[in-house]
Amino acid sequence: MSARDAILKRLRERTDGPLSAPESDFAVVTHRGWSGQERLERFERWIASVHGEVVHTSRKGWTEALARVLADKGVRRLALGKQHPVAAEARQALVDTEVELVDVNRDIEAWQREQFESVDAGLTSTLGGIAETGSLWLWPTPDEPRLISLVPSIHVAVLDADTLEDTLFDVVEKHGWANGMPTNALLISGPSKTADIEQTLAYGVHGPRELVVLLRHASAAPGDEK
Amino acid sequence: MSEQTSGVYTYSPRQFHRQAHDALGNPQIRANFRKAMDGLMTKRRESFGDWELETLRELGANIRMRALAKLPDLLEQLEANCEANGIKVHWAEDGEQACRIIREICESHGATSVVKGKSMVSEEMHLNAHLEEAGIEALESDLGEYLVQLNEQTPSHIIMPAIHLNTDEISEILHEKTGTERTRDVDTMTAAARSQLRERFMNADVGVSGVNFAVAETGTLCLVENEGNGRMTTTVPPVHVAVTGIEKVVEHLRDVPPLYALLSRSATGQHVTTYFNMISSPRKEGEHDGPKEVHLVLVDNGRSNIYQDDELLDTLRCIRCGACMNHCPVYTRVGGHTYGTTYPGPIGSILSPHLMGLEETKDLPTASSLCGACGEVCPVKIPIPDLLVRLRRESVGEGRGNVPGAGIKRTRKEAAAWKGFQWLATHPAAWRIGTSMAGRFKALMPSKLGVWTEYRTAPKPAATTLHALVKKHQAAKPRVDKSDKERR
Repeated sequence: MSARDAILKRLRERTDGPLSAPESDFAVVTHRGWSGQERLERFERWIASVHGEVVHTSRKGWTEALARVLADKGVRRLALGKQHPVAAEARQALVDTEVELVDVNRDIEAWQREQFESVDAGLTSTLGGIAETGSLWLWPTPDEPRLISLVPSIHVAVLDADTLEDTLFDVVEKHGWANGMPTNALLISGPSKTADIEQTLAYGVHGPRELVVLLRHASAAPGDEK
Repeated sequence: MSEQTSGVYTYSPRQFHRQAHDALGNPQIRANFRKAMDGLMTKRRESFGDWELETLRELGANIRMRALAKLPDLLEQLEANCEANGIKVHWAEDGEQACRIIREICESHGATSVVKGKSMVSEEMHLNAHLEEAGIEALESDLGEYLVQLNEQTPSHIIMPAIHLNTDEISEILHEKTGTERTRDVDTMTAAARSQLRERFMNADVGVSGVNFAVAETGTLCLVENEGNGRMTTTVPPVHVAVTGIEKVVEHLRDVPPLYALLSRSATGQHVTTYFNMISSPRKEGEHDGPKEVHLVLVDNGRSNIYQDDELLDTLRCIRCGACMNHCPVYTRVGGHTYGTTYPGPIGSILSPHLMGLEETKDLPTASSLCGACGEVCPVKIPIPDLLVRLRRESVGEGRGNVPGAGIKRTRKEAAAWKGFQWLATHPAAWRIGTSMAGRFKALMPSKLGVWTEYRTAPKPAATTLHALVKKHQAAKPRVDKSDKERR
């Protein structure tokens, strides 16, 4: 008998007989009832508590905020996609700046060392945010691959304020994750960190040292209710 | 192989008492653990501050119970969905088989270098040693695991592997093994490890990781982490092998958020970890990064045996948060290595006997004061104290006999003594005669009673028995008139 069949047989022919499965009540992880403003405040408070930076901006003027962030942090080489509107708008806005744009729509095998050693920052879109924990959710694509939110020292993520949900449970349910998962789905809540040396927090142990969230509001005034 | 190694000597659960004695006499170990555990307990308490913790724990326990109730079906569903997604699924009866499967995957790719994300099950089956014997280097990439590996040790905690080391000791290890300049600055040390490990990620042939939750309905492997080494391990090398115990499966994707909320808060008091990494397939056509091959190795290694018994089954609910050890007064004092097992602390004491047998681990179920803290903080409500008592019974042959090595601690003398006590305690006349004799001849009571009197004085029977005292008291006390009592 194969290991598989032997294991399954032992589990099925359980000594103490079959088990009954209890029903689950998920009320405790959903329906927080927060207003849009409360969601924003919570998101910002939590992500800031783990060293994430939030820059409030607008749908129209966000690329100026991006350029400022890149200049402030001395980013010279930025890795980004091409097709996603976030990438396309960023490319347009940065074309006349000092920042060199690095294409990411090529197999990692061709440019692994370049990505690890000479890219200062990665720019990605996000699919949404979670107010309860200050988290971003991303489903990497061929246009915005998995490693650009991990390998460069700075990750700049663009988040639309109206995509915030209360909890992870709400995201999973409302966006029908169970109907089809991508190759890789990610929640990101702050820059890479460790406390393995005597409980002392240190950032950037393997992944980005800094996470900047460009939080785009529909209207110009930050934090306005829709 | 059952020993855990540490630079100085080899730890074994057989030597629990000697190791505990040594650890208690080591002020460095005691200070390191006390400080860390105090911090972790406070952070956990604060992180659950505005939650309905009991309701959430109830849900967590309920989700895990449901998964176990449907375990064989869910494993088949997980396998089918993973395979449909392009993930190759393997099954292993024990650690040896699992090691062989992983080694063969490595060999089929001509791999000489493996980079690892944190995986306790790989520690349980001693994967690193197995791969090294086959000439394949296995490098730990979690910072704590990396430090412990450099120091030729094993983890002393399932979440914080290097918790037994302090900053100065770590600085010395990095200096000695990697030539890093000695420093007390944690950022400098972290940056040094970052650059050392980045080189290794780029050159690794295979990445090996654990799994926190395997979702049956979608064939998704979930990994919880803060450092990013888990994402590196599962994204950079061309082949990813995930290895997990068969009990880690959950039914639905919606079962994951409550367990994740419980795990991060219970483990380190964080409201969320930096990364939650969900892997459902290898690199697809047109995608530019990620491994081209993903394997999932499902390891039994004694778990299906635990599964047979209604009471022991609760052990398999565990989500490996480590809260039970953080709150254990014994663990805090003796540290993780003392247990001599992969899983230390209360969860280790109820799990290791199944993995290694009670012959090896007979002292672990008694390495507890049964204070109950572990059961109170467990996010999935495992009744750890009850299970410790059950294993104590098994070890003296008074249980159901379905734990390997059951009865190992049974001695004829002790069994006869308890049998005698049982008879006395259920025969009042004999009991009264016995206790009054004990009082009369108390001078004959020996002052040395084995282990009991090693740190205590021997009990002295009272001159008069409680029974006699009560009788005397009742005779002396005037009866209260019933009507008198009612008037007041």
